[in-house]
Amino acid sequence: MNFQRITALAKKELKKTIREPAVLFMIFLFPIIFVVAFGASFGGVGGSQTVTYHIGVVNTDNAASVNASQIFLSALTDTKIVQLQIYADNQSAQNDLSQGNIQAVMLIPQDFSQSYTSYQQAPSNPSQWTYTTVSLYLDKGSLVATQAIPPIVQQTLSGITGQNQQTVSPFQVQTASLVEVKTTSSLDFIAPGMFTFASIFLIMMVAQSFVQDRENGMMKRIRTTPTSPTEFMTSQVISYMAIALIQAALVFTMTYALGFHPNVGVTAYIFAFILVLVFSLSNIGFGLITATISKTSGAATGLSFLFVIPQLFLGTFVGASLSGGAQIAGKFVPSSYVTNALTSVFIRGASVASGTVLVDLLVVSVSCVVILVMGIVLYAKYYKI
Amino acid sequence: MNEDAIKIENLYKKYEDKAAVENLNLEVTKGELFGLLGPNGAGKTTTINILCGLVKPSSGTAKIYGYDVQKEAGKIKELIGVCTQETAIYPYLSGKENIELFGNLQGMSKKALRDRSKMLLEKVGLIDDAKRLASKYSGGMKRRLSLILALIHDPQVVFLDEPTVAMDPQSRHAVWDFVKEQKTHGKTIILTTHYMEEAEELCDRVGIIDHGKLISLGTPKELIAKGKVKNLEELFIQLTGRTIREEA
Repeated sequence: MNFQRITALAKKELKKTIREPAVLFMIFLFPIIFVVAFGASFGGVGGSQTVTYHIGVVNTDNAASVNASQIFLSALTDTKIVQLQIYADNQSAQNDLSQGNIQAVMLIPQDFSQSYTSYQQAPSNPSQWTYTTVSLYLDKGSLVATQAIPPIVQQTLSGITGQNQQTVSPFQVQTASLVEVKTTSSLDFIAPGMFTFASIFLIMMVAQSFVQDRENGMMKRIRTTPTSPTEFMTSQVISYMAIALIQAALVFTMTYALGFHPNVGVTAYIFAFILVLVFSLSNIGFGLITATISKTSGAATGLSFLFVIPQLFLGTFVGASLSGGAQIAGKFVPSSYVTNALTSVFIRGASVASGTVLVDLLVVSVSCVVILVMGIVLYAKYYKI
Repeated sequence: MNEDAIKIENLYKKYEDKAAVENLNLEVTKGELFGLLGPNGAGKTTTINILCGLVKPSSGTAKIYGYDVQKEAGKIKELIGVCTQETAIYPYLSGKENIELFGNLQGMSKKALRDRSKMLLEKVGLIDDAKRLASKYSGGMKRRLSLILALIHDPQVVFLDEPTVAMDPQSRHAVWDFVKEQKTHGKTIILTTHYMEEAEELCDRVGIIDHGKLISLGTPKELIAKGKVKNLEELFIQLTGRTIREEA
């Protein structure tokens, strides 16, 4: 491989990105404008579909004659919208929470049954009650979990004592994550998806670029030089990865300016940039597939949405409140794994070396390389490089 | 030592059920300016594309400086310079940047690229516009820039595919002068054109091609004398019954 050729072609592609107003807008300005507009206005949880919340339970209740914690857990299960998973210790539960396997951890205190019994013995005399606190640790990466789970728990606790939620109760619910850290904003939920979002538009750029070069004879002209197909493709991949990196940096700067300040170390940021770089490979691959099936650059723009839309709606912040079916479909697009990994690291506080994050990275890496290879093979089959 | 710059033997290229080039046999000597004439669709560009390694022939062989265009395509691409029929330049790069890009693709050193770029830009009258974006160039300027891209690495064999098509007379004559000068530097030039006066003005020999077949070969003077006609245009009508600008 001749690096002089690769560098020259990569520089050419970067100059194009900067000098062509339409490309500049699509690649850099559009994602930024979108991030600002969406970040500034996004709020609330959409959708009214029935969902199941996965709650990890660490039960330290010293039950005596009355096992109140079992009554409480049965009542929770009876709501049909909660699935409980029992853990022997808090650490195991927290590990699963940080990796997104469950949406909350509920810590039932030792004096839970005692508190319940005290209430039963003197329901109208709060001074006789033993007060206790159920701690809830929520998945900060899930807008739905943080908004929906605390009221469900509170309501169920009120239910087992037969109380109205507004009255005084022997049971307090402390939402631990929201107490210990800052209040989680809507932006925190969508920021990881924003990093994923920007890179998706590379699909359109790659498709347009390849078709335009075919249309205006540049591809043919380059083929009359000693440039090999490998050198050409390497230069394209390098330039688009560089563009993806710049995009990620711009989007991060914008989200930071809007108030997204995750409490993570440098490693998390390095990981995020590496993940976005790897993810850009799939977008280059999808771009090449689009270029293969497009006869004109206009068609390339339209057809690129075949790949842009699923990546966008099934795998980024746009799909924050996806239906169950869409969530399953999201398992088939690389962007959902990128967003999930970034959410785990930035919001849930998972380590970059944790199981879920590594699995996401593996899925993203393998799928993106496969898509890139597919794109190159398909393009080379129908058009000479 | 082989004196043939190009040697084509029984070259055949078929697209679906139509032959674009049929059993073409041709030799072009080193330093010769050879014109390949014919109307649109005659098979000129297909022949050039095969010689440049862009298209695979259905059968037959073609060699440039003894290298097989199919088997030794890498070596061929170091020897040739191609000015394609399309004015293929990057509009978002300046003239200078376009030249630098193609010089780098040819593996030229910085100094050689700088010196030759300056010389060629001066020769075709683009030196003052070198830093302007190519998108701002006129059609004639773009064609001249395209010529430089083909010649930047000082190739041994130059393919000029309709280099003056759609040019105004003044620009056309400027390109003719430039092509003539390249010949004085010992380059082998293959020129395709459907302008017969261009072939008469520039070419040492011409081959007239129609429906993929070479129907006449010789110097312009020989062919005109042989056909007892006034010029190549009349010769073409005599040979094919059509004017060269009619579709084949």
